[in-house]
Amino acid sequence: MNPANYLFLSALLFTIGAAGVLLRRNAIVVFMCVELMLNATNLAFVTFARMHGNYDGQIIAFFTMVVAAAEVVVGLSIIIAIFRSRRTASVDDANLMKW
Amino acid sequence: MTQTSVSSVYLASTEGGAGMHSVAASGVFSATWLVIGLPLLGAAVLLLGGRRTNRFGHWLGTLFALGSFAVAAALFAAMLGESGADRSIDQHLWNWVAVGDFQAEIGLHLDQLSMVFVLLITGVGSLIHIYSIGYMEHDENRRRFFAYLNLFLASMLLLVLANNYLLLYVGWEGVGLASYLLIGFWQHKPSAATAAKKAFIMNRVGDFGLAVAIFLMFTAFGTFSFDEVLGGSAAASDGTMTAIGLMLLLAACGKSAQFPLQAWLGDAMEGPTPVSALIHAATMVTAGVYLITRSAEIFNASPDAQLVVTIVGAITVLFGAIVGCAKDDIKKALAASTMSQIGYMILAAGLGPIGYAFAIMHLVTHGFFKAGLFLGAGSVMHGMNDEVDMRRYGGLRKYMPVTFVTFGLGYLAIIGFPLLSGFFSKDKIIEAAFAKGGTTGYVLGSVTLVAAALTAYYMTRVMLMTFFGRERWKEAPVGAPADWHEPHPHESPVSMTLPMIVLAFGSVFAGGLFVLNDAFVNWLTPVTGFSHGELPFSVWVVTGMATAMVALGVAVAYVQYARREVPAVAPQGSLVTVAARKDLYQDSINEGLVMRPGQYLTRLLVWLDGRGIDGFVGGLAAFIGGTSSRVRKVQTGFVRSYALSMFGGTAVVVAATLMARMA
Repeated sequence: MNPANYLFLSALLFTIGAAGVLLRRNAIVVFMCVELMLNATNLAFVTFARMHGNYDGQIIAFFTMVVAAAEVVVGLSIIIAIFRSRRTASVDDANLMKW
Repeated sequence: MTQTSVSSVYLASTEGGAGMHSVAASGVFSATWLVIGLPLLGAAVLLLGGRRTNRFGHWLGTLFALGSFAVAAALFAAMLGESGADRSIDQHLWNWVAVGDFQAEIGLHLDQLSMVFVLLITGVGSLIHIYSIGYMEHDENRRRFFAYLNLFLASMLLLVLANNYLLLYVGWEGVGLASYLLIGFWQHKPSAATAAKKAFIMNRVGDFGLAVAIFLMFTAFGTFSFDEVLGGSAAASDGTMTAIGLMLLLAACGKSAQFPLQAWLGDAMEGPTPVSALIHAATMVTAGVYLITRSAEIFNASPDAQLVVTIVGAITVLFGAIVGCAKDDIKKALAASTMSQIGYMILAAGLGPIGYAFAIMHLVTHGFFKAGLFLGAGSVMHGMNDEVDMRRYGGLRKYMPVTFVTFGLGYLAIIGFPLLSGFFSKDKIIEAAFAKGGTTGYVLGSVTLVAAALTAYYMTRVMLMTFFGRERWKEAPVGAPADWHEPHPHESPVSMTLPMIVLAFGSVFAGGLFVLNDAFVNWLTPVTGFSHGELPFSVWVVTGMATAMVALGVAVAYVQYARREVPAVAPQGSLVTVAARKDLYQDSINEGLVMRPGQYLTRLLVWLDGRGIDGFVGGLAAFIGGTSSRVRKVQTGFVRSYALSMFGGTAVVVAATLMARMA
């Protein structure tokens, strides 16, 4: 099977994720879209590793997962904190930090 | 008569002068620093002690002044015991600043010239301290007054005892400060506060000259010490010497109220009368004469600078005399006279070795009779409710006999009545002016003769208006306030009359003692040098002309102010009188030539600074501020818009990378 197909799938998933981040208001959904983008890049990394015949890409994919896991912990706790104080999960309602 | 021995034997020779030789201070002379130290200590105690010293402050101040005089007298006695060459004593105290080649020393130099000044300053200073005890009796700030007087004494003594120009400058500024504090002593009067500022600011112009002169000396000789600067003056270029000389002259003009920096002296009379007597008649204003005489070698090396000195002196002699003829304020008339008499000294100092000794001789006799005249004026004011307008005096001789006699002797001395002090000292200057030779000599000689007549005229006028004639003070003045009451003129207390009597003795006998066996000239010759000029005619002709001019001046004044009634209100007067009353428009001229252009310049600079420099900097700041306040609107607070800009940025980076790949 042509490895380029995996890259196309990766690009598709990344685009869906990016569109979700930009267009959705619900913080949980935005968060899931960020995860989608991260996993799209992981897929691209693994594919590149396969194409070049070494493990560099796979190793970086592991790094990404570790960072993503840490980020999930922090991000979810922020979202919960916002939800507790404002009774909403919309990212547009948290807009006090501006000029 | 003794004076023939000096002037009739006018040899063309120069004795003494350049090449100073000094010995280190030992024995009595190691106490030289005490002369300055005592009044300085007095000032410190009185100023730092504050109100606690109020009760005895005046006694303490007087004691320190007398102590300083006692030390000076001991030094003088010791100096008389030395031979001529050993009379020049150096006392090194400590190093002030020592950085590489730059050496500033605190050291004293006592020689015949500074000895004369030290005796004059401490002597007249002590007398005026005693006088002030009575004069300032009812002033609640008497202690502060004595502190300032002591401060003045210390500064003036430092000025004349310094052994280098830098230390002299310290004393020079010190007397300026003391003068400022004392002119403005009654600072609750706006006129006194303004006069003090005026004196201080005009003196700064002169001080600038002294500073530049010292810079030039350091550039040319690499040192400030009298020994090396004056010793090396013959080797330096003419241009340098002329520049230094002219800058020193500027300094002298400021401190000694000489043309064109003369305008402050008249206003300085706002200070208490003892201050006018000590600072603005006898001592501080003569500092310029000291400076020129001390720097004799510099002026000797530069005939151009000397010529300018004589011109300044000649102008001021006439200027002061003309102004003095029209003033109705007794202190301002005496101030104008001081200016004129110092003009005589400056003129004599400008003549070179012919005149230095006579300049100093006139300085000392003037110190006696002018201080005496001012103290007399103060005594009159004391008995007349502080009235200064001579048109409100008249016939006071019956009420103040001691003041009348002492003032009268001072008057006779200043006009040059034969055999009194002023006669000898002024006559010598007139002779020296003629002996300068050539057209210059005739011009200078004529100026001094005319000024002698004017001096006789204005002093006779003062005398007649104050002590003779109708008792005008009995009539209420025009527009008198409702609570006006007739003054009750009375003689002043002993503390005031005693100094006047002592000074009157000086006014009468000092001149005669000085010319006896040429004592004064011989005393000063090792320092200033002395040369006999070539008098174009017999010395008796000069004496005769001078005496005739004096008689003429007295006669005219007698006709005007004794034969005729003196009006209690000043009449309109001729154009000349009006001009002289306004000090020959000196303030208007200063305003027009200096003050207004200065104001315009500052306004222009303020405008340039505001619009140009501040405008540019401010505009830049406003531009940056405005831009950022617009740009910050991008910070919306919506997290998705930030995500979009990150996305856009990434897209741009990726696009740029791809473009670079393809190219």
